[in-house]
This record gives sequence, C-alpha cells and structure tokens, in this order.
Amino acid sequence: MTVQVALFIALAAVAIVAAIGLLRAKNAVYAALCLVSNFGVVAVLYILLGAPFLAMVQITVYAGAIMVLFVFVIMLLGAEHLEHEDHLLLQGPLGWLLGLGLAGLVTFAAISANLSAPAELPAEVSANFGSPGSIGHLLLTEYVFPFEVISFLLLAAMVGAVVLTLVQREKKARRSLRNPQQS
Amino acid sequence: MNEVTVIIIDAAIKAAVMALVLLTGFAYMTYAERKVIAGIQVRRGPNRIGPLGLLQPAADGVKLFLKEDMMPTGADKLMFNLAPIITSIPALVIMAVIPVAPDWIVNGYTVRFVVADLNVGVLYLLAIGSIAVYGIVLAGWASDSKYSMMGGLRSTAQVISYELAFGLSMVGPMLLAQSMSLRDIVHAQEARGIWFMFLQPIGFLLFFITGLAELNRAPFDMPEAEQELTAGYFTEYSSMRFGMFFMAEYIKMIAVSGMVVTLYMGGYLGPFVNQFPPLGIAYFSAKVFFLLFTMIWIRGTLPRLRYDQLMSFGWKFALPVAMLNVLATAIVLVYVM
Repeated sequence: MTVQVALFIALAAVAIVAAIGLLRAKNAVYAALCLVSNFGVVAVLYILLGAPFLAMVQITVYAGAIMVLFVFVIMLLGAEHLEHEDHLLLQGPLGWLLGLGLAGLVTFAAISANLSAPAELPAEVSANFGSPGSIGHLLLTEYVFPFEVISFLLLAAMVGAVVLTLVQREKKARRSLRNPQQS
Repeated sequence: MNEVTVIIIDAAIKAAVMALVLLTGFAYMTYAERKVIAGIQVRRGPNRIGPLGLLQPAADGVKLFLKEDMMPTGADKLMFNLAPIITSIPALVIMAVIPVAPDWIVNGYTVRFVVADLNVGVLYLLAIGSIAVYGIVLAGWASDSKYSMMGGLRSTAQVISYELAFGLSMVGPMLLAQSMSLRDIVHAQEARGIWFMFLQPIGFLLFFITGLAELNRAPFDMPEAEQELTAGYFTEYSSMRFGMFFMAEYIKMIAVSGMVVTLYMGGYLGPFVNQFPPLGIAYFSAKVFFLLFTMIWIRGTLPRLRYDQLMSFGWKFALPVAMLNVLATAIVLVYVM
C-alpha cells in the first residue's frame, strides 16, 4: 500500500509540474509537450487504479492522436512563439487570486469532509473490472443513451468541419473564375 | 524471496534480453538490408570486414561513435537532444506485449515468454505507436532547417493518415479472438487451426501495407526522399544522435513484423511447439525474418509513391476498405457463425 501511495505522490507531482509548465511555457511546442506528459502521467494513474483499458485509450486518443495534431498545426503555421503583448491588465492577478482561492476552497472542503475509507473494502477487485469487455458491455447497455448522444454529437461536428472547408473552397473557386489575374 | 521481488527480477531479465536481442537485430538488419539489396541489384554488398563482411555493423558502430557531433546554431537545444531519445524508446518498448513462445513449466516455475501480458495488448501497441511520432515531429522542428522541417511535416502527416487504417486492421483478429490480449489472439489461431491471414486476407494485406507506411519504409519513404529532402527529418543529425534515429527505424521494422506475425500469422505456433515451448522462439523468429526480408525486397523493387498518391491511398482507399472489413467481419461473426 505504501508503495502505491509513494508512486501516487510522485506521479501527481509530475502531473502538476507539467500542468504548470503548460500554462507558463513561452513556446507553444513546449506547452503542447507539457500537456502530453500530463496526459501520460494521468494514464499511469489510471493503471494504478486498475483500469489499463482507460489508460491505453487515454494515451492513444489524447497523448497520441489529438496532441500530435496540435503539434503538427503549431509547426505548420510556425506559431510556436507566443505573443507577449499583455492586453490583459487586471485579469492576470485576478486569475491568480481566484485560482488560489479555488485551491484553498477545495483543500478546505476535502479536509472538513473528513474523508475516510469505507469500513468494508472488498478484498480484491473482480478480474473483469475495467476490462475492455465489461466497459463495452456497460456502454451498450446501461449507458447506451449518453453513448449514442455523444456519437451523434461527434458525427455532427465532423460533418460541420467538412461543410466549412467545402464552402471556403467553392468561394475560392468562384473568385478565381471571375478574376483569373488576381488568383 | 517474496513474490514481488520474483516478479521484478523476472521482468528485468526479460526486458534486458529483449533490448539486447533488438539491438543486435538492428545491427544485423542494416547488414542484411545492404546484402539483400546488393543481391537484387547484382552487386556484392559489404564484403571487406570479417568473413562475408559480417563485422561491417561493428565497424559502422565505431564510425558513428567517432564522428563529430554537430548541432545547427539556431536549433532548439533541449528538443534537439530529446528527439532521438523520444524516437528510440517507443521502438524498444513496443515488443514488450508480444509473446514469443507458449508458457514453459520448469521445476514448477512457469516461464512466460512475454515481458508483460496485458489484457489490452493490442491497445498498448496502438498507444506506443502513436507516441512514436513525437520524436520525428520534434526532430524536424528543433533542427531549424527547412529540409528537416519539410521531412518532419511529411512524416507526421503520413503517420497520422495511416494510423487510422493501421489501427482498424488490427480489429479483425481482435473480433475473431474476442480478446485484446495478444496471447489470446495466438491461442484463438491455435484453436481454430488456421492463421488469421487466411480468414482475414484483406485485413492482413492492409495491416502490412499501412505498417510499411507507419514505418516510413519504401514505397512510402516520402519523408526521406533523398532527391528532394536529403535525409528528411534527421538531415541535421550526425554521430550517435543520427545512429539513434537509424536504430529506431530498424527496430520498428522488427516490431511491426512481430505484430503482423502475432496478429495474423499464428505468432509462435508451429509443429511440436506445445511439447517443447522454446521451439516457439524459433518459429516466431523465422516468420519475422521472412517479413523483414519481404520489406527489404519491396524496397529493392518498388519505386516511391508521389506524395499526393500516398495521401489519397491512405484516406480514400486504405481507410474505407479497413472500415468495411471491420463491418463485414462483425456481421459475419454475429449472424453467420
């Protein structure tokens, strides 16, 4: 048990440092990489909690697919150097204040709630816990409605992305037909 | 010794052996590639150092170590140093979930010929594969060179495009075995008495082709198109840093071959393998060698695709076919069998 607690503290520290790095990095590529390491560490936390399926999906989808696209776009646009003109005067300090306030509040709530482990912990989690089969079964039985709603939402977003690029292309094509010299 | 110590020692030994085998494999893959391509082109290939040139990889290694290590002035120092490491680690760890022989009971102790038997092994392969791209992207970006940048962008675009079809073509064996564990997939092929490449020919071909694209191997080696981009994303690297990219590429070839063998070609299965489990290693290696030879053979015979052909093949052909294959397999499994 103590090994797990030590591991958890170490991993949580890395996750927090990575999250702060993401916010404070002067270079967008570094910020993106901080986020990747944060996702990676969270995936290891999932493994500690006995959910390897979730951990692997976290790495494949977030750390792999999504963040690679982010880095790719940052590089493609050459947008790695962030602008440092501070238009925000009050928001910076205010953000710090509110953030610290929230952290304090959460800590206070966690302490005052007097969290303790339930008296009777199951001796061992069942072998099926968090396995791909059981997650799939839950998704298609108990949570089938939210699952379908989300898939519909994602489909709509996908169609939206395609439609947006199509409209722009058509306009460009028309413009270049009207004044061929300009394009 | 208590149980935890045994598990840790067991895993450490297996990991060390795996790393050693992969590194040796890398050294002799470079030799094999040069020899086989030389044979295809009616040349002799390396033949000066040692008998039949067999010590050539050692000489190459010494050369790489002794070369001057250079870094472009405008390079991002941290990322330039990190990129080769980020590239080689996924290549070295990806084989950890692949079983190379059945369990072997010696003096009451069960030897498992796999570093880590995960119940989500297939997903582990995908996860590590998707992380591996970062090394390429970062190398291209950190070098502060147009050639590297173009090579890096091309590699990333290619790997992202082919990853979807690559992942989808792993679903066929998963559905047939009804498990994501690679051991279960091999067992399912044993139980059915047939390799999945015969039950899933489309999935097998797609997996191999998209695997080549993921590896940036010929005919999908656009990122390294010598004529246009010199060496692509690692143009600015020299000495051992270059060596690490080189190593990662060859080890990834071995890893992808191992994946194809496990998912589609029966893994370690072969005659008498259950009577004497270490035999499995020989069968597994033989199948991997065959696939590696095929990859070199393809490089020696096929011209490179044009970039737009490569992209439209990935998105307009490989991806829809992989999706239809998954759909068809699922329908057949549920309604026919």
